[in-house]
Amino acid sequence: MNPAIDRRKLAGVLLLLVIACALPFMIANYRVFQMTLVLTYSIALLGLNMLTGFNGQISLGHGSFYAIGAYTAAILIDKAGVPYWATIPAAGAVCFAAGFLFGLPALRLEGLYLALATFALGVAMPQILKHKAIEEWTGGVQGIVIVKPDPPEWTGVSQDHWLYFFTLAWVVLLFILGWNLLRGRIGRAMVAIRDQPIAAQAMGVNTAMVKSLTFGVSALYTGIAGALGAIAVQFVAPDSFNFFLSITLLTGVVIGGLASISGAFFGALFIQFVPNLADEISKAAPWAIYGVVLLAFIYVMPTGVAGFVQLVRARLARRRGAPVPR
Amino acid sequence: MSAGTTTATAAARAPALATERPASALLEVRGLAAQYGPTMVLHGIDFAVGVGGITTILGANGAGKTTLLRAVCNMIKTSGEVRLAGERIDSLATEAIVRRGVGHVPDGRGTFTHLTVEENLRLGAHTRKDRGEIGADCERMYAHFPRLKERRRQQAGTLSGGEQQMLAVSRALMLRPRLLLLDEPSFGLAPLIVQQLFEILKAINETERIGMLLVEQNAAMALAIADQAYLLETGRVVMSGSASEIRSDEQIRRSYLGY
Amino acid sequence: MQQLLHQVLSGLATGGIYASVALALVMIYQATHLVNFAQGEMAMFATYLAWALIQSGVPYWGAFAITVVSAFVLGVAIERVIVRPVENSPILALVIVFIALLVIFNSLAGWIFTYTIKPFPSPFPAEPLFGNRYLSSHELGSMAITLVVLLLLFVFFRFTPLGLAMRAAAQNPVSSRLVGIRVGWMLALGWGLAAAIGSVAGMMVAPTVFLEPNMMGGILLYAFAGALLGGIDSPGGAVLGGFIVGVLENVVGVYVGSELKLTLALVVIVAVLVIKPSGLFGKVQVVRV
Repeated sequence: MNPAIDRRKLAGVLLLLVIACALPFMIANYRVFQMTLVLTYSIALLGLNMLTGFNGQISLGHGSFYAIGAYTAAILIDKAGVPYWATIPAAGAVCFAAGFLFGLPALRLEGLYLALATFALGVAMPQILKHKAIEEWTGGVQGIVIVKPDPPEWTGVSQDHWLYFFTLAWVVLLFILGWNLLRGRIGRAMVAIRDQPIAAQAMGVNTAMVKSLTFGVSALYTGIAGALGAIAVQFVAPDSFNFFLSITLLTGVVIGGLASISGAFFGALFIQFVPNLADEISKAAPWAIYGVVLLAFIYVMPTGVAGFVQLVRARLARRRGAPVPR
Repeated sequence: MSAGTTTATAAARAPALATERPASALLEVRGLAAQYGPTMVLHGIDFAVGVGGITTILGANGAGKTTLLRAVCNMIKTSGEVRLAGERIDSLATEAIVRRGVGHVPDGRGTFTHLTVEENLRLGAHTRKDRGEIGADCERMYAHFPRLKERRRQQAGTLSGGEQQMLAVSRALMLRPRLLLLDEPSFGLAPLIVQQLFEILKAINETERIGMLLVEQNAAMALAIADQAYLLETGRVVMSGSASEIRSDEQIRRSYLGY
Repeated sequence: MQQLLHQVLSGLATGGIYASVALALVMIYQATHLVNFAQGEMAMFATYLAWALIQSGVPYWGAFAITVVSAFVLGVAIERVIVRPVENSPILALVIVFIALLVIFNSLAGWIFTYTIKPFPSPFPAEPLFGNRYLSSHELGSMAITLVVLLLLFVFFRFTPLGLAMRAAAQNPVSSRLVGIRVGWMLALGWGLAAAIGSVAGMMVAPTVFLEPNMMGGILLYAFAGALLGGIDSPGGAVLGGFIVGVLENVVGVYVGSELKLTLALVVIVAVLVIKPSGLFGKVQVVRV
């Protein structure tokens, strides 16, 4: 019993898509690169949001899946000569497996304990990536450099533009799939498990399977984001995937709005641009801002920007006397 | 629910409350209302406890008895007036009310199960300034309840139901309270233990002049030691009077109290 | 064999640090059922405070004392001002608040004191005691300090009325109110003590690992591992767990190489959570349906 698709919402989304396609031609090249990263982050944030916002499983280590996706792409391109576009689904598959496997023991861990375990994962990841045993593939501390892919001849756009549209295509695909998943049966099961886990189980929801699947899908999304990010940045190194990446992703989700799909874009814009601006004040400033913003959002706007937008729309609709759009 | 005659008797009794209330009440409650979320549980009730008196509130499960005691201690959202020896306490925090000499023996006993018996007793005296007397008071409790003395270093959670009840009462008494609130002390205890417990409560009330507000399902035992009684039904007082009156009225006993 | 003995003893010294931080974590956990993810950064920040005091000429033990007291006050303030308003929020909100604190302290330290690594003095002599070959004076000294702190805490909680009240408030806040305990302040005191303990740990570890904003990250992870191993709601267990993890870290480091130390902590954490979440000495949580 799926709710009917809101006409106005659909129109809004299509409009945004048109703007997104036109955008690269209206701004400078390095801005296009930044927007590509915004798109990348939005996928990662949607992934984390599925797990934490919709399913209520706290992850403080999602940067690790981003890292795994990034390294998968880098290793495949650099060591196995796989074309860049094929590495994306590969990264997704690897991360799905990793997430699902990590999710299995995590099944028995509730809120706080899962947070602890994922925290440990996030802190330990750089060390794992640097380890001598896998240095041959990972390039150790130096990491791996990726050659920027060339756009196909017939398109006639620059490399940066091509990467932007490539990433945009993945965004559209993944968001449609994600939206479908979340409003379907599994999505409702996810939310039920978050809100009333025991009741959900009593009603026949296979809690264990849904939770593990959610972990897997969440990791898949974030892993694909990592792969896309690696290709855009053209470089992977262990220290770019430290604990603070996990915090960045968490911040993005909180700001955008937990359990909100559109929130992923607000959050992505924040985590891409605010550190750049803050960096000019001091090296420490971006993190201080993250911390303060996190606190502010928890106290004042727990539903994030998306929730705030929703609130505004509701107020406007009430004034017009129209039914509140969902 | 009740038939015509008993409702009339209830109406006849309710006004009697006004003249029966002692001039200087230890605890005076007027218009006490309480709710859990949107559900009203107490609908504006009045009752009192005389200085050194024992008032009992009777009623079946779900009548609102535990809520009543929680409301007096401001553990839940309430409205209405609660006066302790003339002073209004209904806006104070629970800890502050306790500090004014109100001991509360909650339902479920509320013992600190991971702490020893002795530690439980000492916690009862937490707010007292006369720390030197605490040891002596512990001994007094052990005199009332010798079984506790045997187990003084044991973890409270390992005690039997009856022993935990004795511990809960002792802990509240360690406060040297003016008023003792007891929430169904007979619950889950063997009749013999209940009898012993109530005898001790009566004795303490007489020797130390501690007022008691006793909420009970076991009407017979409660009426045996109380002087005032109120009957609570779905959050309203449907009957009140002296304990002896209610005890001797066979009709009331049969219709409301089941014996 | 001599190498092994050296590693074990050294492991006990670092284990003392982990035990202290683990104890701080357990103290807050017992009272709130929450783990303070910011414990390490708070300790690091306090250590910078000590550094600043020493730099401006205050003698070591004076700076030590001032730092411990300041950390206590800071802990109380954080509980009252930042944690109290969101006390009853869902776990996710609280975890985010702690992470926010972690990030804020880390960046504040970086901002005020820069990210350059600084040496931190040790109050103990440079030559090993009695010329022994196993433990430096600092290791021995920090073990002693750790043990003194743990002993003082034990005495406080076991034998003083305030300690008893704090234990009661942590175990059963409702009943605690009924005996007149101001539960909110007990919580704040707990945070203050935890912060003070953390500051001692920071000052003991800084001479070895050098003072920089990310100094406590790995240590916090080990403290988590130790606390979980021993039992997250058992202070004694957490202390024991801390020592075990310290020794384990060093011994495993000898055989597997030191670059995987953090991974070891991760493995311990996940293993404990999966096999026996209540740890060696913790109580099994029964969830009432």
